[in-house]
Amino acid sequence: MRALLTRDLALAVRAGGGFGLGLAFFLIVTVLVAFGVGPEAALLSEIAPGILWIGALLACLLSLDRIFALDQEDGSLDLLATAPLPLEGIVTVKALAHWLTTGLPLVLAAPFLGVLLSLPGPGYAWLFLSLLIGTPALSVIGTFGAALTVGLKRGGLLLSLLVLPLYVPTLIFGAEVARRGAAGLTVETPLLLLAGLSFGALALLPFASAAVLRVNLR
Amino acid sequence: MSLWEYANPVKFIRATDRVLPWLAGLAGACLVVGLIWGFFFTPDDFRQGSTVKIIYLHVPSALMAINGWLMMLVASLVWIVRRHHVSALAARAAAPVGAVMTVIALATGAIWGQPMWGTYWAWDPRLTSFLILFLFYLGYIALWAAVENDDTAADLTSILCLVGSVFAVLSRYAVNFWNQGLHQGASLSLDKEENVADVFYLPLLVCMGGFILLFIALVFLRTQTEIRARRMRVLLARERMA
Amino acid sequence: MLTVSDLSVARGGLPVLDGVSFALGPGEALVLRGPNGSGKTTLLRTLAGLQPPLSGTVEGGEALAYAGHLDGLKSALSVTENLRFWARVFGTGEIGPALAAFDLAGLEDRLAGNLSAGQKRRLGLARLLVTGRAVWALDEPTVSLDAGAVALFAGAVRRHLEGGGAAVIATHIDLGLPEARVLDLGPYKARRPAPGSAEEAFL
Repeated sequence: MRALLTRDLALAVRAGGGFGLGLAFFLIVTVLVAFGVGPEAALLSEIAPGILWIGALLACLLSLDRIFALDQEDGSLDLLATAPLPLEGIVTVKALAHWLTTGLPLVLAAPFLGVLLSLPGPGYAWLFLSLLIGTPALSVIGTFGAALTVGLKRGGLLLSLLVLPLYVPTLIFGAEVARRGAAGLTVETPLLLLAGLSFGALALLPFASAAVLRVNLR
Repeated sequence: MSLWEYANPVKFIRATDRVLPWLAGLAGACLVVGLIWGFFFTPDDFRQGSTVKIIYLHVPSALMAINGWLMMLVASLVWIVRRHHVSALAARAAAPVGAVMTVIALATGAIWGQPMWGTYWAWDPRLTSFLILFLFYLGYIALWAAVENDDTAADLTSILCLVGSVFAVLSRYAVNFWNQGLHQGASLSLDKEENVADVFYLPLLVCMGGFILLFIALVFLRTQTEIRARRMRVLLARERMA
Repeated sequence: MLTVSDLSVARGGLPVLDGVSFALGPGEALVLRGPNGSGKTTLLRTLAGLQPPLSGTVEGGEALAYAGHLDGLKSALSVTENLRFWARVFGTGEIGPALAAFDLAGLEDRLAGNLSAGQKRRLGLARLLVTGRAVWALDEPTVSLDAGAVALFAGAVRRHLEGGGAAVIATHIDLGLPEARVLDLGPYKARRPAPGSAEEAFL
């Protein structure tokens, strides 16, 4: 398991691994939103939590199809499936690697992009915390979508269509935490719901992902 | 004689062929009676005027939009547990019907909303949930269309339906929660069942019955088509192999 | 070590092989023969547990090392990194013997992406040695190997057999393994839909 994790991390940071692409995409989305809605600080600061959450979500989506497709192209997915690792463990490690290479950088970058959108002072901590709790769920749900579409030739667009509706609850709770936090309101309820959702997805979805991967391998 | 016998495609086609004309006729009769009764022989509402009569399309289609997904969920479970091909194909057949029901519910809701609420669309929890449900239908249909092998597609879509159902329920609660932050839910949502008086209620029941029968008839018909299409693919594949 | 009884396998939902039975003991090798599309790959994937059989059973498939058409190499990792990864996944430590057996010494730090096709293949086959598994299931292992490398491969298989291992190999060329039994898949071609299969239900 640890071998798989270190390999995936090594592959991500080596040439052609695509590490940092999501981060750059996140930055561009943030900048484009400012261009789209205008430079007024009052308006930007009001929509900043939501924009940052959507930007992080889309940046996360961008790299999902690499989770299994690369391993499938060169045959290592077949070999992994015959290895003495449970497939549930493999998909969990894959999701973890995706989070470490995509989700975590987004979480760390989000406060800085908050500055660009004049996020109100109390919002930074809550934005950071909500992304920290919410992005693992995005990775795990995305891994399920990637496992569903791994055998398909043009799976990218379909992957988005399948995964985005599944992202709805995470986005709602996560953005709500950030928004309430920025407005100085109490965030306890959405934060607990977000955490529950994240842990639930983490505990249950690997079984579904492994099941669809098994179907797609045969 | 067990219900599972109809899991055989040939038996299913034979049995549904017998009941389909009755089912379709009954559905048509219910809809004609219910809609005419509802549109022309019920009084106008004192507050909403004649616009209230769109309820005879709106409520039954919304009912079938949700129950269509439930039916797909049950059929998917049957496929996963017992691997009856008819079940998987019935789920596939029901998806476009359910999606259309969702669109009808959304469209009639918008048309109704304009005179009542002064807007075609509001991010009311109920409306939003239906929009999300529609997205789930789209994803499900797209996955069926994208996978070439029938059994693989059945397996993948069944699991998607299962996972999707959980997330649909989660979304429903999330949307309820999300909306409270914006405005009081009650001002824009009127609870239909409670407000409806008996004069409106009876024709509504007939319409709902008509929509249920229509849904079943359409699903039977489309399942037959799916079975025949599948049989064609098997025959073609066999010919290529020989 | 590997017992296959009355196995039927399908590709893309269509049955391709029907009623395949054989057993392999320690030190035994089986060469699968048959024209393209006769089901060699499908049979091997079924043995490896990558796809379920239509009917019949495979015993001993969990102790099997599979090598397919693709080598499962990461071009951004070096030869040793690739091999060490699989050694760690399979819980074995040594990669030196595997490198030596397939004459990969001197290429250790080369990125797998910069290897020639034959060298990649040799690296892919070296992976079998680090799995530590007793039964090998090999699908056209000699593709893009030159005569010298084929001899190298045959030597590795022979040592594996002498060490009490077993191998099922789908190949077209003569490997120089006279002790291997040959199984021609021609007679096992599935002729009609298997009873209980999807095909039968729809006809």
